Amino acid sequence: MNNMLDITLLQLISAYIFIIILLAIVRWRKIPREKEIIIATLRMTIQLVLVGYLLVYIFENENWIYSVLVITVMETFAVYNIFKRTKKEMNADLKKIIAVAMVSGTLAAFLYFNFIVVQFSPWYDPRYFIPIAGMLIGNSMTGITLGVSALIEGFSSRKKEVEAALMLGATPNQASQGIVNHAFDSAILPTINSMVGMGIVFLPGMMTGVILSGAGPLDAIKYQIAIMLGITGSVSLSVIIFLYYGYKTFFNKRAQLKL
Amino acid sequence: MFTFSNVQYKDILKIEKLTFQDKQIICLFGESGSGKSTLLKMLNGMLTQDSGKIFYKERLIDDYDPVELRKKVVMLGQDPVMFQGTVRENLLFGLKFTGKSEADDSKLKELLKDLRLEKNLEDDADQLSGGEKQRVAFGRVLLMEAAEVYLLDEPTSALDEETETKVMSVFTQHIKREGKSAIFVTHSKEVAEKYADQIIYMNEVLANEEISE
Ligand SMILES: Nc1ncnc2c1ncn2[C@@H]1O[C@H](COP(=O)(O)OP(=O)(O)OP(=O)(O)O)[C@@H](O)[C@H]1O
Ligand SMILES: [Mg+2]
Repeated sequence: MNNMLDITLLQLISAYIFIIILLAIVRWRKIPREKEIIIATLRMTIQLVLVGYLLVYIFENENWIYSVLVITVMETFAVYNIFKRTKKEMNADLKKIIAVAMVSGTLAAFLYFNFIVVQFSPWYDPRYFIPIAGMLIGNSMTGITLGVSALIEGFSSRKKEVEAALMLGATPNQASQGIVNHAFDSAILPTINSMVGMGIVFLPGMMTGVILSGAGPLDAIKYQIAIMLGITGSVSLSVIIFLYYGYKTFFNKRAQLKL
Repeated sequence: MFTFSNVQYKDILKIEKLTFQDKQIICLFGESGSGKSTLLKMLNGMLTQDSGKIFYKERLIDDYDPVELRKKVVMLGQDPVMFQGTVRENLLFGLKFTGKSEADDSKLKELLKDLRLEKNLEDDADQLSGGEKQRVAFGRVLLMEAAEVYLLDEPTSALDEETETKVMSVFTQHIKREGKSAIFVTHSKEVAEKYADQIIYMNEVLANEEISE
């Protein structure tokens, strides 16, 4: 963090002008969103400040327990967030599967990424461990959220197709193939799109961070490529695990569509 | 072939005794809402009764693997369903699951003729009219030669009389020739009397009127 530009508190506060502008616009257009905007801004600020202090502490007191604790909190929050953001009703089995898919998919990608691709040491070095975990978990969370919605929506809008296939002797797996494939597709599409725009439309997360912290752009790009691939792996793995088990919760033991 | 004994499903259906004979074409006849579709769905395990027993070939339906049962007792639902794709893909859709018989284009074209469908195999199934969709769905089931019993829920409800007659006679000949069984639902008394070996009147088999009232 040697030649990184520091901004003063006053400069930082001046950035809140963007929120003021936003608030002015919604008030002028009479869009009832003021409360949400203020809450979101406050949460963002408070959460980041707290996390900042937390990270300072964790970076200064490197310990595998802290790293593991942080990733546990992230996973828990991600799973909870998927439940909250899915507007449609979910049964208990589906929730269980979401949690298992989220944790096992991201962890598998995370372990491969850390021990085979990046190989930092010690393995719990919070400077790598935490941001990498954050990116894999965050993207898988978005992917599964999209997948869950597409799956539930597919089973409700294409119920007749599923039933017609079952009546012809299809297994639940065969009968839901179209829905599952569509859900997979919509879940990974944002990740694929972000690879397409990578470097041209945005220089995201890790790369910005690495450049800001003083490393050369080429080093930053190597990290960015690696992390993009890692994210893709993590998203596809967790989404496919979710879908592989998730569609089954829509059927009962007698291969009948529930509901 | 099928035997019902004290079967109850919610408050929709209650049947004390009912037998369907093998190698027959049987028509289920009854007013709307009397439970014909519900009854058909129980015969191939799409619905399970709350109490009582249903046998298929002397064996409890609950004891069959539901997917294996449905390959033998194939059902055409009341609303014709088209899957994304061409007429050909839709006709072949059911065969994918049984994986036994094959059907080449000449056979499919023959089938289209039997069904009086003047469409190409490449046509988009979604563009078909309601009655055309119904015939494609009918054809899809007819191709499934591994089936022992065909359950057809109002297979010709959207067809004009002439087409209906043609389709039903092709179908019944097919059933007789292959020595199979069929149970179909219709609202047309004429169709019932003309094509069925036996007509089962829902109001005669249902026991719930006296119970629930
Ligand atoms: N999933 C369901 N849940 C609750 N009730 C249902 C369900 N499906 C059907 N019913 C009810 O069961 C009764 C019988 O329905 P069913 O579809 O078997 O009648 P039907 O004889 O086939 O009528 P139609 O000639 O109009 O097709 C109806 O009163 C219907 O409202
Ligand atoms: Mg009906």
